Amino acid sequence: MDVSFALTGKGYVLVAADTTAAHSIIKVKSDVDKIKELSPHLLMAYSGEPGDTVQFAEYIERNIRLYQIRNTYGLRPQSAASWIRRSLAESLRSRHPYSVNLLLGGYDVSTYTPHLYWVDYLGTLAEVPFAAHGYGSYFALSLLDRYHDPEASLEEGIATLRRCIDEVAKRLVVSPGKYLVKVVDKDGTRVIEI
Amino acid sequence: MARRYDSRTTIFSPEGRLYQIEYAMEAISHAGTVLGVLTKEGIVLAAEKKVTGKLLDLSSAKEGGYGGSGEKIFLLNSNVVGGVAGVTADANSLVNYARQAAQQHLFSYNEDIPVEQLAQRLCDLKQGYTQYGGLRPFGVSLLYAGYDVHYRFQLYHSDPSGNYSGWKATSIGANNGTAQSLLKQEYKDDISLEDAIALVLKVMSKTMDSTTLGSEKLEFATLTLDSEQQPKAKIYRASEIDALLKKHDLAKKDEDTEMKS
Repeated sequence: MDVSFALTGKGYVLVAADTTAAHSIIKVKSDVDKIKELSPHLLMAYSGEPGDTVQFAEYIERNIRLYQIRNTYGLRPQSAASWIRRSLAESLRSRHPYSVNLLLGGYDVSTYTPHLYWVDYLGTLAEVPFAAHGYGSYFALSLLDRYHDPEASLEEGIATLRRCIDEVAKRLVVSPGKYLVKVVDKDGTRVIEI
Repeated sequence: MARRYDSRTTIFSPEGRLYQIEYAMEAISHAGTVLGVLTKEGIVLAAEKKVTGKLLDLSSAKEGGYGGSGEKIFLLNSNVVGGVAGVTADANSLVNYARQAAQQHLFSYNEDIPVEQLAQRLCDLKQGYTQYGGLRPFGVSLLYAGYDVHYRFQLYHSDPSGNYSGWKATSIGANNGTAQSLLKQEYKDDISLEDAIALVLKVMSKTMDSTTLGSEKLEFATLTLDSEQQPKAKIYRASEIDALLKKHDLAKKDEDTEMKS
């Protein structure tokens, strides 16, 4: 039932994920953070099988951190995405594969460009201008086709994101109540109140 | 009993020295010179080929491949050129290891391996032979001329003990002391690539045994950026080396001698 969106703009990537933890038809919690800050310039929204998601996200988080400690500089978004994709692809071919879908938003400090990657549990990787996972994607993608602008300011990007969230709230039967929104740009990552 | 601590690579002498490692380094100081000079625009690498005989068949080295005769200068990855000094067979093994390490990085991260990481991978291997017993260390020093987005152009040197360091200009092999003091005198931080090529050739001509330079005694390479800002390695072919030497007035003058005789 997880819903997550992400979109790029001029020098930033916005990543949003719902904050609901559900068990069967019961809402257990409504303030869960499903967006990990992997490095100073990399965000990862994760969704999928509960348990798998947290385990996999922590595994990724610690390995990305280890790379940074070993080499003083971190992985660039493109390299981190490739490595994460391969981790999922290897997991898929193991006895107990992870069922985790990801949105990776990063800012490349060496080329000064924002990057967004859509990754699913089968090990599919695609660099995209906007992306969504879960039931929300059925509503958000057409809206983003219409309203997304890669040159949009942060305010305009947030307005577009609001449209997606509002549409899901209006049309989806099991729509989540609250979202957490984070942005990554040249200054790093931070939470945005919407 | 004076040689008690010589025979094993992993045993310290009472003075705290590892003799086998020191002997390996001594072997390298008799090998052909390799020079590297770093500039903002790129890196220049030159190497002296020590053994040449009239009967040695060089025809296979002259054509095909990516340039060079493949004795001293190797393409380790699309962004790194390596120059080796020491035991050739050991060097070949290390070059193979380096290429594999670089491809493994490309496989995992879909990016060219950062230069220092490649140097580190080889040094981890070399260091192993100073600690785990049974075998001898690699009798090879390497120069790595490379480019990555993190630190742009870089020049590293590694020795048989597994130590490595970054340089603006350095030299390994025979006469490396003379070469380095010449480089120290002439190197400027804002040196252009053209001037660096001239400097490398000049130092090479002074440190080599023979009076005249030629493609049969020299290997030469540059690493620069292409129009898309991607690293471009150029290992010179024999004909290109001779043309370069001619341009810098260092080529042997066959015509003159022929005319006289």
